[in-house]
Amino acid sequence: MMTASLNEYVIISSLLFVIGFFGVLLRRNTLVVFMCLELMLIASTLALVAFSRFNATMDGNIFVFFILTVAAAEVAVGLAIIVALFRKRQTVQIDQLDSLKN
Amino acid sequence: MASILFLLFSTLTVLCAVGVVVNKNAVNAAGCLLLCLVGVAGLFVQLDAYLLAFILLLVYAGAVVALFLFIIMLLDVQGRQSFGFSGITTFAGLMAFALLLTGLGSIAIKGHLDAPRLNRLAVEGANLKSYAQQLFTTYLLPVQIIGFLLLIAMLGVIVLSKKHATEEPAK
Repeated sequence: MMTASLNEYVIISSLLFVIGFFGVLLRRNTLVVFMCLELMLIASTLALVAFSRFNATMDGNIFVFFILTVAAAEVAVGLAIIVALFRKRQTVQIDQLDSLKN
Repeated sequence: MASILFLLFSTLTVLCAVGVVVNKNAVNAAGCLLLCLVGVAGLFVQLDAYLLAFILLLVYAGAVVALFLFIIMLLDVQGRQSFGFSGITTFAGLMAFALLLTGLGSIAIKGHLDAPRLNRLAVEGANLKSYAQQLFTTYLLPVQIIGFLLLIAMLGVIVLSKKHATEEPAK
């Protein structure tokens, strides 16, 4: 059976990262921006797992383990912040959240 | 050359990632994120990281995307303008995007990451015992710190989402 090479995994991972980055820049909805951040995080874990597999080590996999845990905590805190923000300002559009501007 | 499964899952992943970015409806974007995570879990299985694929599906697809959907429906922020830039932000964004695309192109064209064929390598990530061995010997302190971090995050979320009596009413 033919298997994909390390290069192809790295290309997919960086493509995912670029898409997520573009989403963070392009979107104006805080929730969707947050989702795109998660996309970038997932892209980095894919690269870690691929490098770990192709080097026959465990360290990348363990690191992904920790990243998943931290990401879960991060999502919970981030969404709580967004809900608190919405309660205060009645909006989650980024261009309307500009109280630090002046 | 890549296998059929790799092509299938990578196409699914990339297409759904694009869907997350371009979907105007936040609920649809969350659905695309879910499919994208399924694709990444498929890629993890291709890389023999079965435990990580399983955890990714459980934690991300099960908990995180559900939480996202919950908050999207709770806040109900549909039907507003989602795209749009102004002035120097556009320029900076386009520059950064062009730089990242150049990097991606150089990986795709010039990158020849030297790696032996997979069938000659030991499969470390498929073995549950090696995870346990590493987590409870080398990475014992990080595991405890992560547990503490989860506790702090839980407390933080409770404090953040609590309604304060002195809070001024929203305008």
